[in-house]
Amino acid sequence: MPVPSATRAPAPTPADGTPGPARTARAARTRRRVLGLLALVVLLAATCAASIALGSRPLDLGTVWQALTDRSLRTEEAVIVWDLRVPRTVLGLMVGAALGVSGALVQGHTRNPLGDPGLLGITAGAAFAVVLAIVLLGVGTPAGYVWFAFAGALGGTVAVSVLGSAGRGGPTPVTLALAGSALSALLFALVRAVLVSDSNSLDAFRFWVVGALAGRSADVAWQVAPFVVAGLLLALLNAPALDLLGMGEDVARGLGQRIWPARLVGLGACTLLAGAATAACGPIAFVGLVVPHAVRAFTGPVHRWLVPCSALLGAVVLLAADVVGRVVARPGELQVGIVLALVGGPVFVALVRRRRTATL
Amino acid sequence: MTATVDTVHRTTPPDPGGRPAGRAVPLRIGPVSARFRWRSVLVPVVASAVVVLLGALGLGRGDYPIGLGEVLRTLVGAGDQAQAFIVLELRAPRTVVGALVGLALGLAGALFQTSARNPLASPDVLGITQGASVGAVAAIVLNGSTSTGALLGGLGVPLAALLGALAVGALLFTLAWRAGIDGYRLVLVGIALWSIAQALTDWLLTRAEVHDAAAAYVWITGSLNARTWDQAAPLALSLLVLVPLALAAGRVLGVLQFGDDTARGLGVRLARAQGGVVVVAVLLVATAVAAAGPIAFVALVVPQVAVRLTGGSRPPLLASGLLGAALVVGADLLTRTVLPQALPVGILTAAIGAPYLLWLLVRGRRTLA
Repeated sequence: MPVPSATRAPAPTPADGTPGPARTARAARTRRRVLGLLALVVLLAATCAASIALGSRPLDLGTVWQALTDRSLRTEEAVIVWDLRVPRTVLGLMVGAALGVSGALVQGHTRNPLGDPGLLGITAGAAFAVVLAIVLLGVGTPAGYVWFAFAGALGGTVAVSVLGSAGRGGPTPVTLALAGSALSALLFALVRAVLVSDSNSLDAFRFWVVGALAGRSADVAWQVAPFVVAGLLLALLNAPALDLLGMGEDVARGLGQRIWPARLVGLGACTLLAGAATAACGPIAFVGLVVPHAVRAFTGPVHRWLVPCSALLGAVVLLAADVVGRVVARPGELQVGIVLALVGGPVFVALVRRRRTATL
Repeated sequence: MTATVDTVHRTTPPDPGGRPAGRAVPLRIGPVSARFRWRSVLVPVVASAVVVLLGALGLGRGDYPIGLGEVLRTLVGAGDQAQAFIVLELRAPRTVVGALVGLALGLAGALFQTSARNPLASPDVLGITQGASVGAVAAIVLNGSTSTGALLGGLGVPLAALLGALAVGALLFTLAWRAGIDGYRLVLVGIALWSIAQALTDWLLTRAEVHDAAAAYVWITGSLNARTWDQAAPLALSLLVLVPLALAAGRVLGVLQFGDDTARGLGVRLARAQGGVVVVAVLLVATAVAAAGPIAFVALVVPQVAVRLTGGSRPPLLASGLLGAALVVGADLLTRTVLPQALPVGILTAAIGAPYLLWLLVRGRRTLA
């Protein structure tokens, strides 16, 4: 099992106080992490600006600035900026951060570099609940789906965790992943069973399942915000425990880490985050899978850095993909879920082909 | 950070089908090994018997029920003309396609999972069946609306699906290849391709007229409806070549499971062996999916079931193929008899396969603990 480099005992430094090789290595690592974090903050500011400034309807920057600064303005441009682009940007920020962090948590807890929130039954549970909402209750808007999707995501994760940890040994990465894919396959089969015989529901479902920020009102953002915030806090709380767990459960126990509470907090955070994101936007693949891999390139496997940086990069990636989707297909839009897969796929392949990134 | 991919896959947890040999073996090495050998013969035999039985039952079932005796008489050429038409022209091709598709998917799943040393490596996860879906959905949805669409529509859905599967298979092979196929890289690249193909499919579905979307949806679920000898014959011919190749690959895989270095030491030309295995597996999936759509779960779950039934340490090829055939034929029989509404067979394979895998997981851990 590869031991995370940061938790290795530092080599003894020479007594005369000159920086030994271990110390310079540690300093270089810290510098790389801080620089990476700063770069992410700058990138995030830039993507937020782009998300407000750019859209399928071109507005010049002066108009956008005027609309942003002067709240009394009720021109059409001001309405576009305040009622469409600002809520959409806020939603994108939350959803991106949530997906990035939940990916980092899933990969950390299952010790599976392929770990994706979708694998744990979150997406499948949400999709199943949304289909039930459409078919049985006739719910037809994203704001209406939110609570169903959230309940489904919770149910999916609980079911996968219970099944994956049945028996005395508790959950192992492989049983969790297998239980997740088995339950996902089962739920998606039920979804298909409903949809192949009901084309009206299929019509609503096919627009939900691509994953999009467009058409979500500010209500949706408000509805999921508390869950995202709670999830992010729990995730930060969970990060030090994850670093200990990364050394193996026995070692972690020996160092005084209580295993079950840590696992439970991690799973809870992950469910809140991925559930809220899926509820708000539909299933969005790739952010949860690819962001932690990319972040690890400069933070290394240490979760105290990995978790916050994944939040930032997740938000950057999601917003950037959304902006790209608005401009490439003018006058229409390409949904953010589609853009992410088309752009994220090749990036991910490139990451995989560099040997280091498969390490956990 | 500095661990290489090789280190990673040595640290990958063992295949869940593998018994915790470290603990169990010293105590009961005699009886255990004897039982394994006995089961690895019994499972394929029972599975083939089940396929034949379910197939024969299926030939008699439908809107016009025919007794088992009549079916057998018809098969040997002694039935009347109407029965011969129904059995031989309507139902037999469907059953044959079902059995062959199940066989191909089960075999391919076992090949992928063994060569990647990962129980999640199945054509569904690696994106090959999703590639087929893109081709098929494009042929259904874009038919006539763009020049590519017209081209695909002209080829017909099965050929478009075959092209899609082969395209993803080729991409998978090219991108995962770096002086050999590394299991980890294969799965990671496969997941990327899966996502891209899935997104394209979803996007095509949002652009379609709703009735086209509904038709495409039935196809991507995997269905045996209205299959004729036109689908069965090419499938049978290609399997005639591919199945022996797959079984031959099994010998190489047996050596590969001890790790790359050992295999190399035993004289296996690693890159060529692994490449060959992946190519055969991709071809198996492509022909199966072209004939019946991406029938869910067979390639993922069947090898895992087979490994537990036979009690070995890796998915057995022949048993996986035959259990796959039994699952598809049985599921198809269920859609036509028990269920009030004829659902596509893919829904049934998932609804049968998934709970069974879950049950095995739960039960397996209890008995092991």
